[in-house]
Amino acid sequence: MTITSPAQTAATGEALVQIKRVRKSFGAHQVLRDVSLDVPSGTVTVLLGPSGSGKSTLLRCINHLETIDGGRVIVDGELIGYRQAGHKIHEMTPKQIAQQRRSIGMVFQRFNLFPHLTALENITEAPIGISGKPKAASKARGLELLDRVGLADFSSHYPAQLSGGQQQRVAISRALAMDPKLMLFDEPTSALDPELVGDVLDVMRELANSGMTMIVVTHEIGFARGVADQVVFMDGGVVVEAGRPGDVFDNPQRQRTKNFLESVR
Amino acid sequence: MTIANHAAPTQSGGTPVADPNDHDVVAIPLRRPWRIISAIAVLFILAAFISSVATNPNIDFGTVGTFIFDKRIVEGAWLTIVITGISMVISTVLAVIVAAMRLSSNPVLSSVSWFYVWAFRGTPLLVQIVLWGYLGLLYEKLTLGVPFTGIVFWQIGTNQLVTAFVAGLLALTLNQAAYSSEIVRAGMVSVDEGQREASYSLGMSPLYTFRRILLPQAMRVIIPPMGNELISMLKNTSLLSVIAVLELYTQASMISAQNLKQVELLIVVSAWYLFMTSVLSIPQYYLERRFGRGTSRSLPPTPFQRVKQAFVSRRIPGPEPTPETTPIGVQR
Repeated sequence: MTITSPAQTAATGEALVQIKRVRKSFGAHQVLRDVSLDVPSGTVTVLLGPSGSGKSTLLRCINHLETIDGGRVIVDGELIGYRQAGHKIHEMTPKQIAQQRRSIGMVFQRFNLFPHLTALENITEAPIGISGKPKAASKARGLELLDRVGLADFSSHYPAQLSGGQQQRVAISRALAMDPKLMLFDEPTSALDPELVGDVLDVMRELANSGMTMIVVTHEIGFARGVADQVVFMDGGVVVEAGRPGDVFDNPQRQRTKNFLESVR
Repeated sequence: MTIANHAAPTQSGGTPVADPNDHDVVAIPLRRPWRIISAIAVLFILAAFISSVATNPNIDFGTVGTFIFDKRIVEGAWLTIVITGISMVISTVLAVIVAAMRLSSNPVLSSVSWFYVWAFRGTPLLVQIVLWGYLGLLYEKLTLGVPFTGIVFWQIGTNQLVTAFVAGLLALTLNQAAYSSEIVRAGMVSVDEGQREASYSLGMSPLYTFRRILLPQAMRVIIPPMGNELISMLKNTSLLSVIAVLELYTQASMISAQNLKQVELLIVVSAWYLFMTSVLSIPQYYLERRFGRGTSRSLPPTPFQRVKQAFVSRRIPGPEPTPETTPIGVQR
């Protein structure tokens, strides 16, 4: 499912993220059944669906936090998690996978900040320790990112001293510090108190406007309607319906989509 | 007993008349006579015990004084510290390896690790010490070479290499590693799975994640029981007397074998062990504080900071205490 966008990868004309017939099972339970999806560069895709529909699993397959049983995940022309040699597919080493993940940022439902590090240290740990960037420059960049999410005064706070909304904004900064090509959001506002959701969505909106390619699993219909270029409705491990937010929300073609949207509203 | 639930409502000065229920409840403290009786009883028993020891003609306190800083005792105490230090460091490194093996998805590694812990935790330390002491009976020579081939690079008589000191170190280290590995494993398991996922999503390798993210968080759980283990280890070195390692207890029993002052030398030894274990609990406090960063909203001050604080606050007088506006007394 592709939408035409002027921001497609110029060199190849291919979408930044290509998911091709991906299959995934946990034991006997098949979570993803031949899911295919294209996400052009610079666009925002929102994944919707009831819990257990496979949307979070699909997201986690994109940075190989979950292995896949079949199909291909390609980000920026690179096969994720596997190496193709002729007709054979080889598993990558953990080091090679780590290398690929550096350009894919991820934000989690439960924030997952490192509790033993301050907000700034959370952000600079990977750039300094993994990418080997100079300390001073990484700190300056970290402070700039914190300022951008409105937390300039909280750089030396530990996660336990921050509210959920503040923690999630630090988590977004942490992912951005690696200069990713793609950002994955796994229900970023689901664990937040209602009055804190707005701040996090504002940061995400600003990020989308800056041209970041984003794939977002969320139940925030308002956000999806305002920001998404593409809305994908999943159920039972398949893509039921996908399209522009206006089409999917106002004129859903499938009964399952209609039922879900009514239950969320 | 009466409960005074209000002071006289203030009528003047524009203060609104207070609802009697707004006031704090001031109650007459409950009398607890058994507290005093039990305290007196315990103090009495304690005094009787101390006097019985102090006035016991069979304990020669002069001897205790003579031997407390005896050269042999001090040397023994030093050897005890050396053995404890070396065993604790090596056993901790081993423990991390054994714990990592146990948590590994490789069935061979995890079974071997399980077997190691089972064997070394399941047999008495005393037996293990004696076994290592008798290693020379099991293997006459120790050989470095390629197994099953007869190729030999280096060979040495067992008793030359594994002296009583080395046997003691081996016994304590290997035994301790089994216990410590379980503590390390518990620490690793206590770290939330999301931490690993977040680290991986940032492009950290498994080893980097372990070293920089998981281990520092596990340390918070690991350090308190490890402090316990360290103190245990220090005391367990006394078991090495069975293979004649010249640590504190061995030295003391050798002296008492000559002068027959067993109890006096046991008092000397106990005083030294108490001193050493007390000193060991200081670094633990600071380590716990170091690795507790981020878990509580503010760190407790160190004892040094507390002393400094008390000193400073005494010199700088605070503001005048504000007089109580509505004094409420206990009605009688």
